[in-house]
Amino acid sequence: MAEGADLERLCSLLYRGFESLPLCHINGKNMNIIDIKNLTFSYEKDTILENINLHVKAKEFLAIIGPNGGGKSTLLKLMLGIEKAPKNSIKIFNENPSKNLTSIGYVPQNTNVNTNFPIKVIEVVMMGHVGHKRPLIGYKKEEIECALSSLEQVSMGKYADKKIGSLSGGQRQRVMIARALCSHPKILLLDEPTSNIDTTGQKEVYELLKELNKHITIIVVSHDISVILEYASSVLHVNKKAAFHDVSKKRKFHTKDEHFCEVELLQMIGNSHA
Amino acid sequence: MLDALSYEFIQNAIIAGILVSIASGIIGSLIVVNRMVFLAGGIAHTSYGGIGLAVYFGIPIFLGASLFAVGAALLIAFITLKHRERTDTFIGLIWAVGMAIGILFVDMTPGYNVDLMSYLFGSILAVSQEDIWFMSALVLTIIFVVTFWYRDILAVSYDSEYALLRGVSVKFFYTLILVLSALTVVIAIKIVGLILVIALLTIPIYIAEKLSNSLYSMMFFSAIISTIFTLLGLFISYNFDITSGASIILVSAMSLVLFLLFLKLKSIFK
Repeated sequence: MAEGADLERLCSLLYRGFESLPLCHINGKNMNIIDIKNLTFSYEKDTILENINLHVKAKEFLAIIGPNGGGKSTLLKLMLGIEKAPKNSIKIFNENPSKNLTSIGYVPQNTNVNTNFPIKVIEVVMMGHVGHKRPLIGYKKEEIECALSSLEQVSMGKYADKKIGSLSGGQRQRVMIARALCSHPKILLLDEPTSNIDTTGQKEVYELLKELNKHITIIVVSHDISVILEYASSVLHVNKKAAFHDVSKKRKFHTKDEHFCEVELLQMIGNSHA
Repeated sequence: MLDALSYEFIQNAIIAGILVSIASGIIGSLIVVNRMVFLAGGIAHTSYGGIGLAVYFGIPIFLGASLFAVGAALLIAFITLKHRERTDTFIGLIWAVGMAIGILFVDMTPGYNVDLMSYLFGSILAVSQEDIWFMSALVLTIIFVVTFWYRDILAVSYDSEYALLRGVSVKFFYTLILVLSALTVVIAIKIVGLILVIALLTIPIYIAEKLSNSLYSMMFFSAIISTIFTLLGLFISYNFDITSGASIILVSAMSLVLFLLFLKLKSIFK
């Protein structure tokens, strides 16, 4: 396992941009980049998460679903290192979460807050750079170029100098994704990326994630069951305990009239929970 | 009016007005975008405790008020970082207790009949040469801090959770902003007084916010607008013998109304 992770890191160093080379590909495909083993977490006396096990492979598209208060966001915060997980229960690229500042890109929930804030799109994206080796004043040229290319990646390049508040919800979400891409992450974590966005915007965001998924691992916390059918390759249902489902091969359960009822899916996932 | 400019106290008042405007434009922007207006109000009123203590112990008023205000800022930073949900209760408490301490010490000072009004509503006659040195030092410090730590301050203000993830010390910059706010409030007391300072920290900033698309330009415009209001207010204050704080605030408020009307008309005829 450790060998795989080292190899993967070596590959990414040597072949930046050429991750599809056979050597990297084989090892990248088969190794777990996130390993969660017997994770139990509680706030004071309330147990939020109990005995969670999860193994995420490279280029997986994982959807984390579950009821409100079921512990989805807590699990996300533990992976990011915002909340401290018990030692060795979470390994990301074989390291404890807080050390992976650059390998994980994070897109927080509620990008609609603070819309009056006087800040340009490009400045928001540049927040994604990690704060070492920086110039005395302002931003480095490479940082600006990198931020612009992140914006291009989410097709928001021409909005770089616009005020963030003037964008639509979907556009703003794409900017937040660009910010997360700024540090060239290998995993992108998104918390409810399409809440407060209209349906066209939602589709655009998920199409973008699908595109990004060709190169990086995507983990989405969502209420939106339709996402799982359309995009996710696996589903983790979290309600204190967790149940994992590989849905990548079950794409064909669109029934007679092309309609799949969300209730049925939830039942299916809920049933296997016990 | 021109010969008025030859009086030293008028010159001092104008210089002080400009310095205070620069400080309040920059710091006011940070206070507004961080939604700390109530916190700044709390610090302003609490600093009266420092004025009372300074009068009683015979130390310079500026020093007493500064120390007390910075103390209040540190306390408020500690409380808001620790017990976010109880912030308003604690600030209300600190606010009143600070003022009570100030009044108590002024009462206890023998034979000293301090002009309470001048601290509450501003008094340009009182600006001394030392005050101007103190103000200049603070303005330089503020400019230094926002120049060199602009990206951290921007990150903490816009999205503190994300800033924390990117390794920015949110607690440090949050506290720093509050301490600089406290010192700005103290120098603004001379010009507008501790009750009216809150308007100086919000009205010009509100106008500037509408004109800017970055925090940097918001600070810049705030400082310019604030300077215009302050100088116009001082001019009216001198000519009609009105308390300086009141005239500056009313000039600002009227300008704000005109500005909003202008925006409204502009949107109608667009």
